[in-house]
Amino acid sequence: MRWIDAIGFAWGGLRGFRSRTWLMSVSMAIGVGAVVVLTSLGEGARGYIVDQFSALGTNLLIVFPGRTETGGAGTGMLVGQTPRDLTLEDALALTRAPGIATVAPLTVGTALMTYGGRSRETTVLGSTAQWKHIRRIDMQAGSFLSESDPRAAAPVCVIGATVRRELFGSEVALGRQVRIGDRRFRVIGVMATHGESLGFNMDEIIVVPVAAAQALFNTSSLLRILIEARSRADIPHAKAQAEAILQARHEGERDVTVVTQDAVLETFDRILRALTLAVGGIAGISLSVAGILIMNVMLIAVSQRRQEIGLLKALGATRAQIRVLFLIEAMILASLGALTGLAAGLGGSALIRRVYPALPAYAPAWAISAAVLTAGLTAVIFTLLPARRAARLDAVLALSRR
Amino acid sequence: MIALQGIERIFQVGDQPVHALRGIDLEIGTGEYVSLMGPSGSGKSTLLNIIGLLDRASGGTYRLDGREVTALSDEEQARVRRDKIGFVFQFFHLIARLSAQQNIELPMLLAGIPAAERARRSTDLLARYGLTDRAGHRPEQLSGGQRQRVAIARATVMHPPVLLADEPTGNLDRASGQEVVQILEGLQAAGTTLIVVTHDPALGQRARRRLRMVDGRIEQDLRA
Repeated sequence: MRWIDAIGFAWGGLRGFRSRTWLMSVSMAIGVGAVVVLTSLGEGARGYIVDQFSALGTNLLIVFPGRTETGGAGTGMLVGQTPRDLTLEDALALTRAPGIATVAPLTVGTALMTYGGRSRETTVLGSTAQWKHIRRIDMQAGSFLSESDPRAAAPVCVIGATVRRELFGSEVALGRQVRIGDRRFRVIGVMATHGESLGFNMDEIIVVPVAAAQALFNTSSLLRILIEARSRADIPHAKAQAEAILQARHEGERDVTVVTQDAVLETFDRILRALTLAVGGIAGISLSVAGILIMNVMLIAVSQRRQEIGLLKALGATRAQIRVLFLIEAMILASLGALTGLAAGLGGSALIRRVYPALPAYAPAWAISAAVLTAGLTAVIFTLLPARRAARLDAVLALSRR
Repeated sequence: MIALQGIERIFQVGDQPVHALRGIDLEIGTGEYVSLMGPSGSGKSTLLNIIGLLDRASGGTYRLDGREVTALSDEEQARVRRDKIGFVFQFFHLIARLSAQQNIELPMLLAGIPAAERARRSTDLLARYGLTDRAGHRPEQLSGGQRQRVAIARATVMHPPVLLADEPTGNLDRASGQEVVQILEGLQAAGTTLIVVTHDPALGQRARRRLRMVDGRIEQDLRA
C-alpha cells in the first residue's frame, strides 16, 4: 500500500464519521490551545516584570534597613535589637563612594492634598533631584526639585499628571499653592505621564524634598536609598562600598540590606519561569485527557467498523496495514486538532496582547513545539491498543455479522 | 489446485467443542465449477472460509497450487488472499463511504498499485459490467444487482485464479440474481475456478460438480 493511498483511505474514514472526528479534534485543540495560551500568559507576565525592572533604571542598587539573611539569626535578633533606621546622613555619606554615581534617599507616606475646594489622598514621595535621574522621569511642565542642599525642607512639590488633572482641571498648576497635610507647598513642576510601574502609579504621586517629607510625616528615617552605580561593571564594587560605609556609620553593625536590581530581576525571572512551566504542565494534562478520549473513541470506531476491517482482510490487507491505517487516522486527527488548537491559542494570546498591551503574551517556542508533539504522541500511543485490536480482529466473525 | 486433507474445524461454544468440519478430504482442479450445498450449520461456509484463508483449520493440511498454506505467516496469507482469491459475499460488503469505482480499486490500493493503473483497470471493469454511469455512485445509491456486480468487479480486479462466492444471489431478486450468475459463469468459462455456496437448488444444479455437506462432512460429490 502506498502512503498517499493509505492517507487518503484514512482521511475517507474520518470523513465518514464526522461527529467522531469533530469531537476528537476539538478535544485535541482544547489541549493544545490551553498550553499555548497559558504559557503565553506566563511568558507575558515574565516579560512584563522584566520590562518594569528595566524602567527602574539600570545599574540600580536598593538599600533597605534591616538585614535579611537566610541560614541563621543575626546579632540584632539575639539581643532583641530593632535594626537601626536609615537616615538622610547615611544617604549623603554614600555619595562619597567612588563606585557610586548617584544616590537618592526615599521616604514615602500618604497625605491629603488640597487645592481650592478640591482635595485628594495622595502618595507623597520625599526624595532629591537625583530621583529624577534614577527613575528616568520626564517633565511635562516646570522643573523637578533643585540640586540644592538636600537637608533643606523647601516648601515645593512636583506633581504627577493625574494629580494635576484631578486637582487643577484646566487651570495652570505651576506656581500654585497647595496644602499637603498641614503644610503649604508651591507647585514647581508637573511630571509627564509614566503610567504604572511595579504596581505603583507614577502619575498619582507628588514628590517633595526629602527633608520636607520627613517633617510632614514626623520621622527622621528613610524607607530606602536608591543607588546608581557608575557602570554595570561597578555594581559589585558599589554594593561593597555601600555596605562598608553604612557598617562604619552604624557602629560596625551590618544592619542594612543592599540588593541589586539584577538579583531581584533574576528571582522574579526564575519564579515566573517556574510558573509558566507549571501552567504549561497543567495544560499538558488536558492533552493526555484528550489522548484517553481518543483511545475510547478509537475503540468504538474499531467495533463500529468490524465489517470494514474484516473486508479489508478478505481483500488482502495484512495486520500491519490495518494497524497503520488506524494510526494514520489518529495522526490526521492529532494534526487537525493541533493546528486548530495552535491557531486558537495564538489567536487567544494575540487577544490578550490587545486587551493588555503591557503584557508581552507570546507563547514560547518550546511550549508550542511541546504541545504539538505531545498531541501527536498521545494520539499515536493511545491508538496503539485500538489499532492492535482491529488488526487481530477475526475476519470471519466480522464479515458474518450483519 | 486446491487440495484439502483431513481438514478439521472445531469451535469452542461455551465449554462444549463443536465440530464444524470433520475430516474433509477434497481436491478441486483449476477451472472447475463447484457448488457447495447443504442445510444451515452443515459447515459449507466454514469450508469456504478455510479455502479462502479467512479461517484457519484446527487440523489437516491445505495445499493451494502445491503450496502448504495453513502454516504461512499472517503477511504471506494476506498476500495469497490478495493475489489468488476473490470473494463475493451475500451482503456485498461494499464500503458505504466509497464510490463504486473506489470500492473496485480497494484490493489494488492495498497491493500498492499506482493510481493511474488502478483507474485504468477499474474503468475497464465498470464498462464490462455495465456500470460506467454508476462509477461515482455510492453503494446506497445502487440497486442490489448493481452492488453485487461492483463486488464481483472488486473480487476479480486482481485476476485471482480462484473465485469464492457465498450465497451470491441470496439477497437479490430473480432477474439480478440471474445476471450475477451469468457473470460468475462467464468468469469460470474464461478459466477461473469458481466455488459457490448456496441454498438455492436451481443455482446449485448449474455447477458441473456438486458437493453436498451434512454435519461437517461431504456426503455427496456429484459430477455432471
